[in-house]
Amino acid sequence: MSDSTSGPLVEARGLVKHFTVGRSLLGRPREVVHAVENVDLAIRTGETLGVVGESGCGKSTLGRLLLRLIEPTFGEVLFDGKRLAALSARELRSLRREMQIVFQDPYGSLDPRMRVGAIVAEGIEIHRIARGRRVREKVAELLHEVGLRAEHADRYPHEFSGGQRQRIGIARALAVGPRFLVCDEPVSALDVSVQAQVINLLQDLQEKLGLTYFFVAHDLRVVAHLSHRIAIMYLGRIVELGPRDEILSRPRHPYTRALLSAVPNPDPEGRPQRVILEGDVPSPIAPPPGCAFHPRCAYAEERCRVERPELIEGGRGHAVACHVFPVPTNGAQGDEARAVPPARG
Amino acid sequence: MPEPPSSASRRGPAAIPEPGDFVQAGELSIEPDGRIPPRRARLQIGLSGAVLLVFYLTAVFAPWVALYPPGEQHRHSPNAPPTLVHPNSPTRWMSEGLLFVYPRRMTDTLRRRYEEDRSHRIGLRFGARGRLLAPERASDEVFLLGTDALGRDLFSRLVYGSRVSLSIGIVGVVISLGLGTIVGVIAGYVGGRTDNLLMRLCEILMALPSFYFLLALAAVIPPGLSPAATFMLIVVLMSFIRWAGFARVIRGMVGGIRELEYVQAARALGVPDLTTMFRHVMPATLSYTVVAATLAIPGFILGESALSLLGLGVQEPSTSWGSLLADAQNLKNLDKYPWILAPGVCIAITTMAFNFLGDRLRDRLDPRSVPRP
Amino acid sequence: MTVAGSVASVPGSERILEVRDLVVEFETERGVTRALDGVSLPLLRGQTLGLVGESGCGKSVTALAVLRLLGDSARVVRGEILFDGLSLLPLAEREMRALRGKRIAMIFQEPMTSLNPVFTVGDQIAEALRLHERMGKREAWARAVEMLRLVEIPEPERRASSYPHELSGGMRQRVMIAMAISCGPDLLIADEPTTALDVTIQAQILDLLRGLRSRLGMSMILITHDLGIVAVEADEVAIMYAGRVVERSPTRSLFDDPAHPYSAGLLASIPRLDLRTEQLASIPGVVPDPAHLPSGCRFRDRCANAQPRCAAEDPRLVEFAPGRSVACFFPVSERARAAAGNGAAE
Repeated sequence: MSDSTSGPLVEARGLVKHFTVGRSLLGRPREVVHAVENVDLAIRTGETLGVVGESGCGKSTLGRLLLRLIEPTFGEVLFDGKRLAALSARELRSLRREMQIVFQDPYGSLDPRMRVGAIVAEGIEIHRIARGRRVREKVAELLHEVGLRAEHADRYPHEFSGGQRQRIGIARALAVGPRFLVCDEPVSALDVSVQAQVINLLQDLQEKLGLTYFFVAHDLRVVAHLSHRIAIMYLGRIVELGPRDEILSRPRHPYTRALLSAVPNPDPEGRPQRVILEGDVPSPIAPPPGCAFHPRCAYAEERCRVERPELIEGGRGHAVACHVFPVPTNGAQGDEARAVPPARG
Repeated sequence: MPEPPSSASRRGPAAIPEPGDFVQAGELSIEPDGRIPPRRARLQIGLSGAVLLVFYLTAVFAPWVALYPPGEQHRHSPNAPPTLVHPNSPTRWMSEGLLFVYPRRMTDTLRRRYEEDRSHRIGLRFGARGRLLAPERASDEVFLLGTDALGRDLFSRLVYGSRVSLSIGIVGVVISLGLGTIVGVIAGYVGGRTDNLLMRLCEILMALPSFYFLLALAAVIPPGLSPAATFMLIVVLMSFIRWAGFARVIRGMVGGIRELEYVQAARALGVPDLTTMFRHVMPATLSYTVVAATLAIPGFILGESALSLLGLGVQEPSTSWGSLLADAQNLKNLDKYPWILAPGVCIAITTMAFNFLGDRLRDRLDPRSVPRP
Repeated sequence: MTVAGSVASVPGSERILEVRDLVVEFETERGVTRALDGVSLPLLRGQTLGLVGESGCGKSVTALAVLRLLGDSARVVRGEILFDGLSLLPLAEREMRALRGKRIAMIFQEPMTSLNPVFTVGDQIAEALRLHERMGKREAWARAVEMLRLVEIPEPERRASSYPHELSGGMRQRVMIAMAISCGPDLLIADEPTTALDVTIQAQILDLLRGLRSRLGMSMILITHDLGIVAVEADEVAIMYAGRVVERSPTRSLFDDPAHPYSAGLLASIPRLDLRTEQLASIPGVVPDPAHLPSGCRFRDRCANAQPRCAAEDPRLVEFAPGRSVACFFPVSERARAAAGNGAAE
């Protein structure tokens, strides 16, 4: 599936994004939201990298940083080896054709005043991909591709259901012929039965068009279904990263384990040991010192309060940022027995 | 004092409501989301729309509705009371018309008293002499709302005056909202120093005491200008004062609209900023703009009225409702000839109609795409 | 405080709530829409009913109807709602107010908009107590703090003086729960209580609700679109579609052997962590517009099993096994088909 020609398609190096919010009268110390803190990533062509995390973890911000929809505070993003920051406005505009985004909110992501055909055609016209009658033909093809019909082009977004609007959003993104797609919670706002339709569509399109996905979601079930690799984010950092099966069967980070056990499984009998986390999801304005997760961690040691753990890769392409549960480098077994070690204190 | 139990509860336990029983689910006549029930809303829209339509059509077709030119004086009938209109019996419809009036004769020239002369009848026909409703003979005098001290028919002056008053609202709103929107959208979207500059400019304008400023400017209008030019100048002055307020509100809205996902999508597609601003952002401000327009029109009408009242607005021979009201300032006049308040009533009705319309429009334009659970 | 004497409650009812053939219509600018078309739901004392459905199925409308909180443009056309034997629909508003908060309580999806931002959370909990239990200010405040402790909010004495915006989403939801249970209601209706929350917080809240239910002996209606939650929390499940209940079952039976094609479809379309599938089974089509319902069975346009009979007749909810009912002529459950003796095999 992954076509490893020459390096990753999308790369992030040391990405940091801070937002300033709140204002004091004289513009003195405002509050800083540490949305993304020091993220390194490499996404290979044709793969789906799924990113999970809860509110405030920075996953949506990270997606937008990768597309340079927002400017990073530090660090850089490379697309196909080219540094985005080094591009001129015109070069960036033309590069936009290669990387697009599908949004979460089917009700806010389409301009309610434009007809569907115009929405999908906007990218085509801006980049002069086609002209005149060809535009209409292309729009019809795209609508067909996402499971809609050509005559839908004359209607307005409000005449469609949530799932159909997401399809329109996907058609709009595909219209310019991208290679890389950031999917920012594209199914979170949809009903379960429709969610399945859209997930299937995204998978089919990936196979057909050889797309690379950066798939953000808060529902681990969805991410697990679609992704080749999964990254778990917490308070702006990646705390665990690895191939899907690795993460699901051998999670290391206590947060990952809590997430996994918190996912409601439609199985009345199977009640695995639920790891119930104490406390609330912290605010990215004042992240705790040391390991950001330590206040909620049942296994926190003294070191965790003081020293921030780095994301270190062990065997099987599996990396984790944890002092207590690093990934064994020799791919040692016995993980199953230690799968849920007894909590300390 | 305990209330008598409701009739429903007297029915005893487990009573099944009959089909058609209306069970009161709540006491307020306002929906949980603040809208008024659809039936009332339709009524308001319908009535307001009808009233405004009538007024504006009258203004457009003034020469065919008014019976006399606005400046024409009937010196022998100063301060005449309104001619009372009576419905005709069907037998006389062909000969006289649907309605008729008795002419008035002045009985007391000093105290200006009038009496109906019942010996004559003047029929009013629809379409007579090319007008909506008029007597057959031009010499028959019919003053539907009476006359002023110079014998000028108030009804005709009201009709002609509506042209100025009603149009000033529209023109003024177009200019001030147009300018306000452009400035607001640019400031809100671009942000940074441009935003800063533009907003400080707006604040300066808003800080000026608007009415006095208006007075000062109006006072320096050269008297020799044509009525049309005077009219335009007044409109421009009033718009100049108001656009800044709109710009500020729109700029605030744009700050939020800019973060909407479909606007971000446009940026992600590579749409140039200027195009995005006017294709995606500006239309999203329309829900506010339309409502603000309907609510601002009365403001312009009243502003012009105030100017005219003070003698600074349109000059004779042009009339407006405001200048007509100048007569009503004199309490003695008001007491003796109460019909001179008619222009004020018209202003009040117009203002109310626009307000109702604006409120219901705002309800309708609210985002309705939120799905029900 | 008892309700006006002429409508006494029947003591010792086994069913704490009984909704019978409820039909609710809404007047909109586009005409009259039928939101609920004959909904029947029984709930036994002490049990938890999971009410599951997708957008527009009417589950929230049902909850609001029970509490008589529907707006003015809603009309109950037909049906009965019995709470502990007491018929709710004919009650006067005053009498209904006495029940709300005291015997039936509700928590909503969005805790931020359900809490008044200008009052402290302690005040808001105390308000319910002072209203229903006629407590004095100080006593009510003390009890409010106790409630906060009960819902596991740390430092409840201090937290009671906080304003809603100072609390996180999970804490606000706990406050809502505290408000709801403060007067010891018999029935708690939770409308998507965890949908807006992060998944780890969701686990906390569900855990809390479970503990409270057993401690206080409350019955509960849990409204959600997530079958995963219902699997663990509910004793019985009712699946709603387009204003009707299409299946009702004890939880285990539903998951083991769903009867209605829609239930089966829903179950199959949930991605699972434990099972790996290539494609997710999805239900084709969309929920029908209430103004344009198909003839006969409302689900038939999306149903793989649809037969001519489904277009001609409208299936009613029929019991095919103890405690299990389905509204379908050709259910996918073997047991249902056998029991119905429908013999109309595919």
